[in-house]
Amino acid sequence: MSRVLVGVKRVIDYAVKIRVKPDNSGVVTDGVKHSMNPFCEIAVEEAVRLKEKKFISEVVAVSCGPAQATETIRTALAMGCDRGIHVEVSGKDYESLGPLQVSKIFAALAKKEEASLVILGKQAIDDDCNQTGQMTAALLDWPQGTFASEVEITGDKVKVVREIDGGLETIKINMPAVLTADLRLNTPRYATLPNIMKAKKKKIANVKPADLGVDIVSRACRGTEWDTVGSLYEQWRSRSEHGALVF
Amino acid sequence: MAVFFKARKALALCVSGCKSLSSLAELPDLHQMMRQTCRDYADKELAPIAGKLDKEHLFPTQQVRELGALGVMAVEVPEELGGAGMDYLAYALAVEEISRGCGSTGCVVSVNNSLYLGPILKFGTQEQKEQWITPFTNGEKVGCFALSEPGNGSDAGAASTSARQEGDEWILNGTKAWITNCWDASAVVVFASTAKSLKHKGISAFLVPMPHPGLSLGKKEDKLGIRATSTANVILEDCRIPLGNMLGPPGAGFKIAMQTLDCGRIGIASQALGIAQAAVDCAADYAHKRTAFGAPIGKLQAIQFKLADMAVAVESARLLTWKAAMLKDAKKPFTKEAAMAKLSASEAATFCSHQAIQVLGGMGYVTDMPAERYYRDARITEIYEGTSEIQRLVIAGQLLKEYMP
Repeated sequence: MSRVLVGVKRVIDYAVKIRVKPDNSGVVTDGVKHSMNPFCEIAVEEAVRLKEKKFISEVVAVSCGPAQATETIRTALAMGCDRGIHVEVSGKDYESLGPLQVSKIFAALAKKEEASLVILGKQAIDDDCNQTGQMTAALLDWPQGTFASEVEITGDKVKVVREIDGGLETIKINMPAVLTADLRLNTPRYATLPNIMKAKKKKIANVKPADLGVDIVSRACRGTEWDTVGSLYEQWRSRSEHGALVF
Repeated sequence: MAVFFKARKALALCVSGCKSLSSLAELPDLHQMMRQTCRDYADKELAPIAGKLDKEHLFPTQQVRELGALGVMAVEVPEELGGAGMDYLAYALAVEEISRGCGSTGCVVSVNNSLYLGPILKFGTQEQKEQWITPFTNGEKVGCFALSEPGNGSDAGAASTSARQEGDEWILNGTKAWITNCWDASAVVVFASTAKSLKHKGISAFLVPMPHPGLSLGKKEDKLGIRATSTANVILEDCRIPLGNMLGPPGAGFKIAMQTLDCGRIGIASQALGIAQAAVDCAADYAHKRTAFGAPIGKLQAIQFKLADMAVAVESARLLTWKAAMLKDAKKPFTKEAAMAKLSASEAATFCSHQAIQVLGGMGYVTDMPAERYYRDARITEIYEGTSEIQRLVIAGQLLKEYMP
C-alpha cells in the first residue's frame, strides 16, 4: 500500500505571550513553552485516520530543526505515526530556515521514501507563511489540495474540499499529491498514555539536509532602494520581457 | 583498601542520588508528554464543566470514559491487563493535572487507581486480576474501597463487619461508611473480620460485585465538597460471595488495607496538589487583573507575600509527593514519605484555597469564580485516606524507628 509523510513543526505554544528580545533581533524562545503547531496536529490526525481506514500503510512524521524537534516527532508518534525522521538543522542555519528550504527537504524525502501523500499544516503559527505545502508540490510537480477541510481517497485519487475565500471548493486530484490541513479538517486526538508508552519503541531516524542533497543556504537578500515608485517601475519595465516581470 | 571501597560506594550513592535529583528538577520526556496530555484534557474538558458537576452533584460518567480511553483510569496497571503500564510518578502527575481541572474527577481517578485496582494488582491471583482489573481499566466501570465503618474510621483494626464461611461461600454482614464512588461503582474491595478474636489480624479482604444480592447502598451524603462523587454507606446483609472472592490470604486484610492506603496517600496528595495549584493559578491571575489604590493588587506586598507562601507550600508538597512516588517505583520503603506527602499536600490545599479566597475578596466568596469550590474541595483531603492526625502518627512512628538505639 502507500506511505504518507507528515510534516510537524515545533513552534512557541499558542497560549504563550510572545515577547521581543531586548536587542530586537527576534522573539524570546529560551525557556519558553513550545509545542506542535496546531495545524500540524490536524495533519497528523488526518494521516493516522487514513491509516486506520486502511487507505495507507505507513505514516512517517518529519520535522526540520534542532535537537528539540525530536520532542515534536515523539508527540506525533504518540498520536499514531509509525516512525519519525528528524532532519537536523541548528544554530544560524535554523534561524534562516524558511519555507523554500523546508520544501526542498520535503520534496527530497518524498522521493526517497516513495510517499504517495505529503500532508502538512496549512501554515505555522509562528511565521504564518502558508507557503511550504504549495512550494513542496511545485518542486515535486505534484497536484496540491490546500486548506483541506475534507479529504476522501478513492483508488489513486483524492477528493479535497478546500476552504477558500469565496466558500468551499471541491477538487479531485491524482496521487501522489500534497495536502495542507485547515482548521476544520478534524479534531486531533489526545496522545493516550498507552500510546505514549508505545511511542518509546518507535524509531526516529536522524539525517542532515546535505544527506538528502539539499542546500539550505538562504536566498533571502537585501534589495535595492528606490526613491520613487516611478523609478522602480522604470527599472522593472526595462528588465522585463513582453511586459512581464522576470527575476 | 577499605577506604577505597567506601569511597567508591559513596560515589555510587552520590551518582544515583544525583540522578534522582535531576529527575526532580526536570521530568523525563515520557512523563512530560503524559502530563501534557492530562493537562490539555483537564483544561479543555474538565475545567469548563467542574462548576456544573459540583452544583448539580453529577458524576462525570462521560469524562471518566474518556479518561479511561486516555489510560488515566489504570495508569500503573500493566498493558496485558488493559492499563497504561506506567509508573507511580506518572500516576501522581496524572492525578494532579486532572484534579487541577476538577477536584471531584481527580478523586474518582485516584480511588479507582489506588484504592480499587491497587490492592488487586498487588495481592490478587492471575484469575482475580483478569476478572476484577481488566474491565475496570477503560472507564466503563469504576471500583471502590470499603474499610471505614460508622463505628471506626481511623481505628481500622476495630472492624465489626463480619465474614463467615458456609460451604463454598462467604457470607458478609455489616455496614461500611463514607464509601466514595459507591453509587457509581461496579465492584468493591470490602474488609471484614473472619476471626474477631484475632482483632486486626483477623480481618480479611473480599471482592464483591455491584450490584449484588445482599449489598445495598445508603443515601448519598450531602457533602461540603467533591460533590460530583457519591459517598454513602454500603450495607451488607447476608451478602453471599464465592470462596474465590477473598483477596489475599485470610487474616491479611489489615496489612492489605494499610499497604493500599500507603499508595493511596500519594494519590490523594496529588489530588490536593491539583486543587492547591488551581487555587494559586486563580489568585495569581486575579492579582494581575484586579486594581485597587491605582494599581493591580499584585503590586501590593500583602498580596505578594500570600502568593509566595502559597507557591512555597505547593512546590514543597509536590517535591515530597514526587519523592514518595519515586521511592515506590524504586521498590524502596516509602511509608514515611507518603504520609509526609499527604500531610503537607492536604494542608497546602486548604491553606492555598483559603488564601485564594482572601486574594479574590468578595469575588472569592461567590460561585462565579472557582475559588470557593477549591476551598470546599480541599477540605476533605485532610480527612480521608488517613486524617492528618494519623499521618503525623505514621511519620513519627517511622521516624522514631530510625533512631532506635
